[in-house]
Amino acid sequence: MTTELPATDSTALFAALRRVLAAKGIASDAEIAERVRATDAASPAQGARMVAKAWRDPAYRTLMLRDGTAAAEAVGIPMRGLPPLGVLEDTADTHHLVVCTLCSCYPRAVLGYPPFWFKSAAYRARGVRDPAGVLREFGTVLPAGVTIRVVDSTADYRWMVLPLRPAETEGWDEARLAAIVREGDMIGVTVPHAA
Amino acid sequence: MLVPGAAVRVRDDWPEARGPCHIRTPHYVRGQAGRVVRHLGDFRNPEDLAFARPAAILPLYHVAFDRAALWPDAPPGEVLVEIFGPWLEASA
Repeated sequence: MTTELPATDSTALFAALRRVLAAKGIASDAEIAERVRATDAASPAQGARMVAKAWRDPAYRTLMLRDGTAAAEAVGIPMRGLPPLGVLEDTADTHHLVVCTLCSCYPRAVLGYPPFWFKSAAYRARGVRDPAGVLREFGTVLPAGVTIRVVDSTADYRWMVLPLRPAETEGWDEARLAAIVREGDMIGVTVPHAA
Repeated sequence: MLVPGAAVRVRDDWPEARGPCHIRTPHYVRGQAGRVVRHLGDFRNPEDLAFARPAAILPLYHVAFDRAALWPDAPPGEVLVEIFGPWLEASA
């Protein structure tokens, strides 16, 4: 694959590293190529597919809440070697917000790279202490009586939110539902709306 | 093993005051009372992994804290934090 890249010091270094990894039996070229493909495919569209399926399929929803990793693999998202995925279910009275106060832990396989603000000191400090204030700044106002449960991603799990399905989406198919689920809806700073 | 619902307190310990370390227990829960939500699984101790030392496998728990108890100015609600077993003490 490196033959398509211009010959530079960094590509020569990468080629040498791949040769050493292969020679030592740590990672083959095929395994590296597979991981590159998986990384390229990782985006919020992957998590959105899971959310849309869970909204329509009660058995899948049950699996997703019990074992997020298995639910991701069930729709073809490679999870091998990655931290376990936990899924947080929003309900009529509880809304979830994910933050990593210690660094920037993020469920990359299902959401891709984190948005820039997810790593900011301001989001990390305020998300955990004043979640309603942070949500307001994202334009999100929750119905009265809904409490916010903040999940600080401090250790070996990675977390995504399963938001509430908007009421106006009755009868929508999976693709149409997935199209309205944004990255912020799965972090919890926003909620999905029927487009 | 701590069971769901168990009342716990996070050790009021500050290893960063004693030397280089890598800790996954946030400052804001040290010494604070919480409730075990569930056992998440067992994982190698990141405090040793970070320094390439042999790392014991430890139970990891999801622990819920009352946000208003952590910060007097905070609105009601919970904060859920992943905390390794050795950081938790059973409390009444």
